[in-house]
Amino acid sequence: MGVALEHPSNYITTKLRQAVNWGRKYSLWPMPYGTACCAIEFMGTVGAFTDISRFGAEAVRFSPRQSDLLLVAGTISYKQAPILKRIYAQMAEPKWVVAMGVCASSGGFYDNYGTVQGIDTLIPTDLYVAGCPPTPENLLSALVQLQERVDREGLEVLKERHRDSQIA
Amino acid sequence: MTAKSLELLQQRFGAELVEVDDYLGDASVTVRKSAVHEVLAFCKDEPTLRCDLLLDIAGVDHPEREERFEVVYLLRSLQTGTRLRLKTTVADGDAVSTVSDLWRSANWAEREVYDLYGVRFEGHPDPRRILCHHEFEGHALRKDYPIGKGQMCYVPEALLTDQQVEGSHALDVESRSGQLQNVDGEIASDLLAINLGPSHPAMHGALRVEALLDGETIVDARSEIGYLHRCFEKEAEDHTWQQIIPYTDRLNYVSALTNNVAYVHAVEKMLQLEVPERARVIRVIVSEMGRIMDHLVCVGTNLVDIGALTNFWYFFNAREYMYEVVERLCGERLTTSYTRIGGLYRDLYEGFESDLRFALTKVAEGVKDVTGLVQRNRIFMDRAIGVGAMSAEDAIDWGWTGPCLRSTGVDYDVRKAFPYLGYETYDFDIPVGENGDCYDRILCRIEEIHQSMRIIDQALKRLPDGPIQSPDRRVALPPKDEVYNSIEGMMNHFKLVFEGIQVPAGEAYGFIEGANGELGFYIVSDGSGNPYRMKVRPPCFPIFSSFTELVKGQMVADAIATLGGLNIIAGELDR
Repeated sequence: MGVALEHPSNYITTKLRQAVNWGRKYSLWPMPYGTACCAIEFMGTVGAFTDISRFGAEAVRFSPRQSDLLLVAGTISYKQAPILKRIYAQMAEPKWVVAMGVCASSGGFYDNYGTVQGIDTLIPTDLYVAGCPPTPENLLSALVQLQERVDREGLEVLKERHRDSQIA
Repeated sequence: MTAKSLELLQQRFGAELVEVDDYLGDASVTVRKSAVHEVLAFCKDEPTLRCDLLLDIAGVDHPEREERFEVVYLLRSLQTGTRLRLKTTVADGDAVSTVSDLWRSANWAEREVYDLYGVRFEGHPDPRRILCHHEFEGHALRKDYPIGKGQMCYVPEALLTDQQVEGSHALDVESRSGQLQNVDGEIASDLLAINLGPSHPAMHGALRVEALLDGETIVDARSEIGYLHRCFEKEAEDHTWQQIIPYTDRLNYVSALTNNVAYVHAVEKMLQLEVPERARVIRVIVSEMGRIMDHLVCVGTNLVDIGALTNFWYFFNAREYMYEVVERLCGERLTTSYTRIGGLYRDLYEGFESDLRFALTKVAEGVKDVTGLVQRNRIFMDRAIGVGAMSAEDAIDWGWTGPCLRSTGVDYDVRKAFPYLGYETYDFDIPVGENGDCYDRILCRIEEIHQSMRIIDQALKRLPDGPIQSPDRRVALPPKDEVYNSIEGMMNHFKLVFEGIQVPAGEAYGFIEGANGELGFYIVSDGSGNPYRMKVRPPCFPIFSSFTELVKGQMVADAIATLGGLNIIAGELDR
């Protein structure tokens, strides 16, 4: 973080961007958009064995207004797609999207008339987690990767990324 | 029983019956379209048949025929044990008369046939689509609908009709006459329509309910499903028999092991294939493991929905121990794909028994903790007793099976009524409730966990040595030295690898007791390497169809508690 302690007990100096990112990365509030099997594994990840709160992401919120990490856990059908877009649009910036499992990433082995072939056809997606469903460890690893990215990224990058997305 | 019921129908409706068949012990009758209602009413009311349960209605498409659609009714009697399949044929654009006046479970089942095949049902009270979006064009399970043709539709369906809203408003105004008047002197109604789901934690991400509220009380409600319609049945027609097994994992993904067993059970019935004893006992073990894990999730999340979070941790910890065993057994925690047609994917690993026994002690601990916390807990009892209660007659009429039906006091369990995999040789009890409310449903499930542990204990003790895969060359690959050293072995291997399992033409309904009720597969084969039609009879489809009736007159919070107790798994509901 590059903290310089000029006066030991009273204050630290750093760049604002780094301080903000540091705060953000350890307090990602996920909104589990759980539709299918992956949602069960997400419950497992929240559970006591793997305990997602070690990574600061245990404040699960079911309101898009209160969360900054959209965790799409499960198959998105064409019927579900407009709702996902709307939920995404309702989230305040900055926001990140993780596609948990192969269905959310690419449709998985559901290549048919009902299933959207990957949520990146609908909303900008930051990270794809492999597995059907991914193990809790895999999901946590994705979370750590996302934290690294949050740490690197400035607000400008975020703005840039979301500028082109045509989200209604 | 089969012969007798067929004889009876022949005597009574000789001229109306086109075809009578009892292939593989399934009594099947084809009747003229005009007589469907009459024959089904007879099957329901005739004292020797008493088909009180309409399990499901399936459509089948034969584009080359003049009357291209078949509508198949699967009937069951809980009193006489009759199993009957009734079929009729209908041309494109024609209508069949509805039977939703005979069984309420027919309502949604007919809507599904309409949605996927375009067969209309005359006199149906609510002829809307059910799984596909209401703006969807075409009918997805017709053979000429391409599997990959997705349709993006945007406008959400308005569930409560204007009549429903206005009618309820009028009733509300009437009941309040003289009490409330607005500034113009009119009597005001303050009903509020709210939308729950699909993106709502208590709606499990894939269900939608629109409710009309008077204060906190639900006056009227309507539900919508299909948000997780992953086209299992269309995919099945597009895959070989063995390839379908992974798709069955994701039907009821909470108890994938049980689904695997159910599917291969149905296919083996069509192949008339005997499975080695060791594989049968292992299948009993894994299906009971599936049942335990399913009940842990259902009860755990139901209690969370009511507000008791601690129980969720206790049950999920127990579940994690079970997962470890499952992962060592199949390589996956949730989506197991453990069974194969004719046997199993692989044998138990060394140390399985001690691992499983250890996990079961953890489950028992979790169950003990949770029972201690909730069973006599005043808050929980107030939230659960009398909430979402259903009478036994109504439950059967709605097509309920499984723990939900047993909580109403009906001791129907496929494992006892139509034993399979040797369940008749195991010693276990069927827990039943009294009131069919949320409390009974939870306690029934908890007791079933104990009974499943008893079954697993007996199965582990009697586990015989021997092969786990049937040696039948129609389904099993020959051993490697046979492949390399004999021409027959090589041909068998080649045929199986390249063409897959060939299931003889015909149709059958295979069913087992899934974690949530009767899980059946109605399969039509045309003798090729793929199923011609594969209809799943998911236990929670008829159960959820009754949800809106169940919650009328209840508080919103009670509706949430009720929904959790019904154990609606979207993967299986929408397929």
